[in-house]
Parts: sequence; structure tokens; C-alpha cells
Amino acid sequence: MIKVEGLTKRYARNVAVDHISFEVEKGQIVGFLGPNGAGKTTTMRMLTCFMPPTEGSAQVAGFDVRENPMEVKRRIGYLPETPPVYPEMEVIEYLDFVGRIKGVPTANLRSRIDEVMQKTAITDVRNKEIGKLSKGYRQRVGLAQAIVHNPDVLILDEPTSGLDPHQIIETRDLIKGLAGDHTIILSTHILPEVEAICQRVMIINRGKLVATDTMENLNSRLHGAETVAVEVLSRDGTSSPEWLRSVHEKLEKVAGVSQVIAKDAKDGRARFIVESLKDSHVRPELAKAVIEAGWQLNELHGIGLSLEDIFLELTSSTYETTSEPAAEVAQ
Amino acid sequence: MNTFTILRRELSSYFRSPVAYAVLFFFALITGFFFYAGVRSFLQQSLQMTMMGQSVPLNVNEWVVRSVLGNMNVINLFVIPIITMRLFAEEKRSGTFELLSTSPLRDSEIILGKWLAAMVLYLAGLSITLLNMLILFAYGNPDWRPMAIGYLGAVLQGGSLLALGTFLSTLTKNQIIAAVSAFGVCILLFVMDWVASFDSSPLFKVISYLSVSSHSNQFVSGVADSKDAIYYISVIFLGLFLSGRSLESIRWRA
Repeated sequence: MIKVEGLTKRYARNVAVDHISFEVEKGQIVGFLGPNGAGKTTTMRMLTCFMPPTEGSAQVAGFDVRENPMEVKRRIGYLPETPPVYPEMEVIEYLDFVGRIKGVPTANLRSRIDEVMQKTAITDVRNKEIGKLSKGYRQRVGLAQAIVHNPDVLILDEPTSGLDPHQIIETRDLIKGLAGDHTIILSTHILPEVEAICQRVMIINRGKLVATDTMENLNSRLHGAETVAVEVLSRDGTSSPEWLRSVHEKLEKVAGVSQVIAKDAKDGRARFIVESLKDSHVRPELAKAVIEAGWQLNELHGIGLSLEDIFLELTSSTYETTSEPAAEVAQ
Repeated sequence: MNTFTILRRELSSYFRSPVAYAVLFFFALITGFFFYAGVRSFLQQSLQMTMMGQSVPLNVNEWVVRSVLGNMNVINLFVIPIITMRLFAEEKRSGTFELLSTSPLRDSEIILGKWLAAMVLYLAGLSITLLNMLILFAYGNPDWRPMAIGYLGAVLQGGSLLALGTFLSTLTKNQIIAAVSAFGVCILLFVMDWVASFDSSPLFKVISYLSVSSHSNQFVSGVADSKDAIYYISVIFLGLFLSGRSLESIRWRA
């Protein structure tokens, strides 16, 4: 339904979106996850034909955003971060306006408006001025606006930002209810949101797509593999680089270990984070390896790898490794 | 069809804010004052003439209609920026511009719809002044033809300044800036023909030709010249064309 290849948005001084490629199949809900300023909104604006890409291509329902923007616009419903409402208009009047400019046939317009008002639970405020509605209601009017022409693709930019917890849950349920009829891309910087709604997640940072996976895979990654914190004491109470290296190597050689990350070392104590392969239980083996080498095992405990940890790890590692041209220019 | 949808929404939004009413009220009040002043001086002059024994009656068109229409063109300077300031600036500020530009609408439909809405509000103001003219018809015997031409001039002049105002509103998110710049452009276009009196070099002639006021005088005195009409229509096209370019550039810069 959506096919993006090498999509790039470059400004004079920085790159907002850097060669992003992904595909979304029909009926999927995909979460676009990333810290603020990662390029989520820019990507969405290119998909909705609000701005043209500098490079690369994006296709929505088979139409290219550059060559056939009118056809793309007909097939996309878009809710920007602030709902694009006219405060002086009544809800029903506003939906009528949006329906008309989105090309809903006048004959169906009335029934279509009633339908989306019901879906988004705003029928009771139909004759109220939008400017007088609460934020939660206004957000739902925004959603109603996005689906009034029954688009194939829904693009929602931070649909729950600024809502209270009760409204957040309502909005999420609403979005889940819309899946199936529509292919949905939503952006957020809130992790539980992705876990609650999406079938797939794409993590974007500094304009780059750093990870994309299905929720199922992510979950099995979360629950299948084990991550263990190990603290080892040296015999002489000092932590020389040679000793640290030998501990590191020893731990890496333990069967079932996939990765060892050195955390910190001080006064003969060294901490490591050990990641295991899926379905292997490495804790007894780790303990044995440390004792056999003649060191003392001070601590050994499993730590959960939540989506949050994965997210932080992915977004912070790219932060360290990629050079940032914009920052250099600014300095 | 889309143009009409935009036009309708724009108009309803005009009449839901106090702006439209304020504009119409002061338009009516000030042109009413001009009318009263015109009639008053007309009566005074007629009386004087009769007392001096002259029997040629004064021309109502010349004394009243002309002064009302001529002064009304000055009011345009103030009214037009207020009408056009919100057209695009407000949409850009509130984020509804994103709705319009992600909907299957052509830029030309958006611009035309908005300009026509501004036109309708302006015409509503003009039609209020027609009430004054009806009074003239009730008590006097004015010639309707120069009057109609005068109104045609006012419509054309309003249309061209509204088109320029529409363009200026696409440039900013801030209504005040849109209004102030439209105000500045309107005034410049009015006073530009002063240079004609400096000397008669070709440059000054061109500048004077480009001014709005050099084209309104003929219409006001009831003479329709195709040269003036073409000037106004060109300015309308220029304003709408520039608006289109501006919307396009918003997208590239966004």
C-alpha cells in the first residue's frame, strides 16, 4: 500500500530525512517511533504531498507522490500534530467542508458524515463550535476529518499528544478500531503506545531508519533472549586494562553469549552487560567461567530488555557514531 | 465546484467574526458622511447660484456622485488590507493550511475561492453605498450611466487591490504583517502618480501609469476607458498569479 525508497529531505544546512526506505502492507498499523526532531513529521509530510522530497520516491496506493499528487491526496487521510480545524465552524459544518474538498460525492456526504461522527463518538457535539470543544474532542474531530473520505491510508502525526490518560486510551481504541479498513501510519515518541496499537514498528533517529521490525519479532526478542548484568572482582583490587580485556574475552567465550558490553570498571570491580542468544540460559555458565578463572563473582542478575531499552540503545548508539553535519556548521 | 466550497467557507468565516461587520459598518458610516457632505455642498451651491440669478442647474452627478465615489476609493486603502489580511495568514498560523494543501485541490481553486470571498465582502460594502444613490434617484434626477461606470471602476479597483492583498497574505503567518504590508502597497500605488508632476521623463511616466489613482479618476468622472480597465484586470491577474507562485514556493521551502 505504501512503498518508500530512498526518501530524502535536505535543507540548506541539514538533512531532515536521510534515505529512508520501507514498505507497508494493506491493513497494517505501523508505528513511527523516534525522539522529537527525528524526521517523523517531515517523512509524513512528504507522504501526504505537503512537501516534495529532495530525493527518492514514495508511492501510496500505487501512485507516486511527485507524479500523481492529486491521486495520492484522494487516498490519504492526514491528521497533523495540531488538528487542522477552524475554531469558528460547527463540527458538522466542518466535516461537510472537508468532505467536499476531499471529493466525497455530495449524494453520500450526509450519511458519510453521520457515519464518521459515530465512529469517532462526536455525534453529541455535532452542532458545537469546534473552538469551544475540549482538546480530546477536538482531536476526535481531527480524526473524523481524516477518515471522512474513507481513505486507503491514514497518516496520524502524534495522535495522542497533549491528551489526558483517559483520552489517550480512548484515542488508541479508536485507532485500533479503524485498522482493517485503513492502512495506518502513526508517529509517536511514546513507547507503550506502539506496543499497544501497532503491528510493526519503525524506529527513526536523526533522519535515518535505524530499525524496523514486526511487534512479534520485537516481543520475542524481548522475551526470548536474556540480558544479564555481571560484576566481577579482581584478585588484587585494581582493574588493569589487561585484566579487563581478559575478563571480556572469557565472558565472550561462554557458550550461548552473543554480545558482551563493558559498562564501567573501578577499584577492581568490572561491570558487563551480557546478551545471550535466544533460548539459551547462560547464567550458570557465566558463574562457572568467572570462578574457574579465579576471580570473584560479585553480582549476577538478569535485566529485562524492554522496548524502551531497545529504543534507547538504537537511538543513542547512532547518536555517537554518526557525524552530524548540521552541528559542525553551527559551531 | 471546489472554488465554490472554499468561497462559501471563507464567507461564513468572515461573517462569524466581527471583522466583516466592523468593515461594513464603517464603510457605510464613512461613505454616508461623504454623501451627506456632498449633498450639503450641492444644496448650498445651488442656493447661491439661484440667488445670484443663474438659471443653469448644477449637475448632481458631478457634485455628489463624483465626490462620494472619489473619496470611496480612498477608503479602499484602509478596508482592503483588513479584508485580505487573514485569507492565508490565518490558515498558515492555525495549521489548516496543511489540510487544504493535502486535499485534492488545485492551488488556483484555493486562491480563486479566497479572492472571490474577499470580493463578495467588498461588493457587500459597495452595495450599501448604493442606498445613498437611491435617495438621489428619489429626490433628484441623476444620470445613471456615469454612476454605473463609477461603480464599475470601484469594483475593478477593489478587485485589483484585493488580489494584491491576497498575495501579501500568502507571505506570512502573521495577520498584522499581512495587513500592514497590504496597507503600504495600497498607499504607494495611490501616491505613485505624484511623480508625474516632478517632470515628464519616461521613467516617471511609467511609474505614474502604474499607479492606481491615475486609472481611477476617469472612472470616477464617468468615463470608461479600456486602457484603465486593462490596467486593473492585469493587476488582478498579477496578484492571483503571484499568490499561486507563493503557494508553490511555500511547499518547496516547507
